Amino acid sequence: MAKMTMIEAVRSAMDIMLEKDPKVIIMGEDVGYFGGVFRCTAGLQEKYGIERVFDTPINESAIVGMGVGMATQGMRPCVEVQFADYMFPAYDQITQEAARIRHRSAGQFSCPMTIRMPTGGGIFGGQTHSQSPEALFTHVAGLKVVQPSSPVDAKGLLIASIEDPDPVIFLEPKRIYNGPFDGHHDAKSVGWATHPLGEVPEGYYKTELGKANVFREGEAVTILAYGTMVYVAEAAVKETGIDAEIIDLRTLLPLDLETIVESVKKTRKCVVIHEGTRTSGFGAELIAEVQEACFYHLETPIVRVTGWDAPYPHAQEWDYFPGPKRVGRALVETVEA
Amino acid sequence: MPIKINFPTPSARPGETPDFSRYDFPEPGALPVPPLDITAEDTLEYANSLIRVLDDDGNAVGPWADYLGEEGNDDVLLEGLRDMLKMRAIDARMLNAQRQGKTTFYLQCTGEEAIGCAFQRQLNKGDMNFPTYRQQSLLVAGGYPLKDLFGQYYQNENDPLGGRQLPTLHSAKDYGFFTISGNLGTQYVQAVGWAMAAALTGTDNIAAAWIGDGATAASDYHSAMVTAAVYKPPVILNVVNNQWAISSFNGIAGGTAATFANRGVGYGIPSIRVDGNDFLAVLAATKWATERTRNSHGPVVIEWVTYRVAAHSTSDDASAYRPKDEADAWPLGDPVERLKQYLIQRGKWSEDRHKQGEAEIMDEVIAVQKESEALGTFINPQYLSPSAIFEGVYEEMPEHLKRQRQEMGA
Ligand SMILES: Cc1ncc(C[n+]2csc(CCOP(=O)(O)OP(=O)(O)O)c2C)c(N)n1
Ligand SMILES: [Mg+2]
Repeated sequence: MAKMTMIEAVRSAMDIMLEKDPKVIIMGEDVGYFGGVFRCTAGLQEKYGIERVFDTPINESAIVGMGVGMATQGMRPCVEVQFADYMFPAYDQITQEAARIRHRSAGQFSCPMTIRMPTGGGIFGGQTHSQSPEALFTHVAGLKVVQPSSPVDAKGLLIASIEDPDPVIFLEPKRIYNGPFDGHHDAKSVGWATHPLGEVPEGYYKTELGKANVFREGEAVTILAYGTMVYVAEAAVKETGIDAEIIDLRTLLPLDLETIVESVKKTRKCVVIHEGTRTSGFGAELIAEVQEACFYHLETPIVRVTGWDAPYPHAQEWDYFPGPKRVGRALVETVEA
Repeated sequence: MPIKINFPTPSARPGETPDFSRYDFPEPGALPVPPLDITAEDTLEYANSLIRVLDDDGNAVGPWADYLGEEGNDDVLLEGLRDMLKMRAIDARMLNAQRQGKTTFYLQCTGEEAIGCAFQRQLNKGDMNFPTYRQQSLLVAGGYPLKDLFGQYYQNENDPLGGRQLPTLHSAKDYGFFTISGNLGTQYVQAVGWAMAAALTGTDNIAAAWIGDGATAASDYHSAMVTAAVYKPPVILNVVNNQWAISSFNGIAGGTAATFANRGVGYGIPSIRVDGNDFLAVLAATKWATERTRNSHGPVVIEWVTYRVAAHSTSDDASAYRPKDEADAWPLGDPVERLKQYLIQRGKWSEDRHKQGEAEIMDEVIAVQKESEALGTFINPQYLSPSAIFEGVYEEMPEHLKRQRQEMGA
């Protein structure tokens, strides 16, 4: 076991996979010599050479398009889009190409590629360094969509993603790269070094895709969360004293409905939270699934707390970010209803 | 035998000696001034060479100096020098302010001041720049109130954008400065559309698109080149080649295979390459380009060759990927020093007056900065109304946003 930040954990996953499988390559903007603007690939070019870890031109469509070309020959590209906000030029390559190559070629070609991208807000990045576009991927058949909430999960999930036979969108919640964040922006920041989930096995291991994690057991209400919001949920639970069960989805697509349904049938109440905008956000899908599976078990309407339906602001970041106050209010309303 | 492919690397990394020997710049004054209706093919020489006016001794030499004539007189150039000094003062103050936590982010244009400061002088009211985050010099030279500039950096009540945008992503329609997007490249092709509309609606306005060497890789850059070549609208397609894109040298954007201007020729657009650290060369080349576009001769590509002296932004540490002293080795020198030398050599300026001018400008900048800081910075934020988040998303606020605003309790 070693202490790792989430940055070190994803680096360790890539390091192990570069070592283990010569078909793995890393590419993206600034990922080579410099090691990425968040330093996730630091040292990897020096260790594995420029043919396996290299800088690309600033063209996300090219990054993913080249990745598709490589993956269809059996290579396993793990590519980086510098910020999820910059994936839009690659959206065509991701949704119409990578996602469908297997299906449309009747299995002649496949696309075992991982597309890493830092996601989410809370870093004063303004509207183009803060977005949470997961729902734009979960809407697409053929993709898998993953978002870890801790170093230990990040490493296991990234190794599983790189080894997965299909394209995986790997969303890294950048606000918790260096430590958990509960939404109290003026509190002192804590690092992963003192957190149990910052304890990461040094070697190879996989965390299965498609399996949620019961982050906290509870009886009063089920909270469905992922990424940074897991810690916001934890804070809201602490502050309201409500005995909620927090489910960290970890994989959004395919969704671990079994774990969710089991929990909601137990608590009979459900609150769904995410940073992304509300309308047609992933919460809408979660609510629909829970409602279909648990309607007769539910005692109260399912409530969601999300980012507002507005571009992510800069100055008013903390009025936008769905913090523990808003989540707490939803918990109280749901439990007291 | 397995086939080999290519992974470009820069000439020097940290700890190594800076090396710009890949550049073989011609002597100042070597290139003539082409006719306004020159064809793309005939600009090949201009695209591969470099238009320069100021020589190493601070003399203005050659046909481009003559072409500039009175538009480059001493008064104009003294004003240009002041603009550059003002830009530099703002950069220095904002770098410090960010380090002190007064703003979240800043991005300097040190070493590139001549490009925006000289270019802006040749634009008319109604023309529109589509700038990147590194062209704040267009605003400074365009007379944009410093109060608004600092307001945007500190996001207090003086912020014309109400805290919506990352500091440095200004918008100033009245000053011909289009709202900056954080997504690279998107606006290059918008400038083409803007220029087409300017022509279609019967104005004589022109557009100026801006992009960095790195971002020329983006698909939207190529969209702009194709559409500009097809419709020939009045647009100047500027590429600011400052050698670096964060940690990637310009070879990662194809800059060692051919010049960025050369790429324009391939698309069928007349293209020139200019010493971006030479205020007079920028002024003269812009005069030519604006005249050309305004007279219906179609678009023009200008590659401005310069060097990004500062780190990419306050979030970046350039010493991690390039030699610390690389800026000192840059063969085209410093734009402020070069213009200063020219004016001294003309007897219009002196070292003492320069020092004095610098101090006066710094005082002026600090005064506005202090006034702005009194209205709130990120240390003592006087945050703008939370409910403003919902304003301006649409012209008329739809019901679902009104409901969310109510839910917010604001
Ligand atoms: C579509 C997109 N991809 C990536 C980024 C991240 N990014 C911001 S600036 C930058 C480098 C740009 O370099 P260049 O175009 O040379 O401009 P310079 O910073 O040198 O002025 C990158 C990669 C972005 N803003 N947008
Ligand atoms: Mg650049």
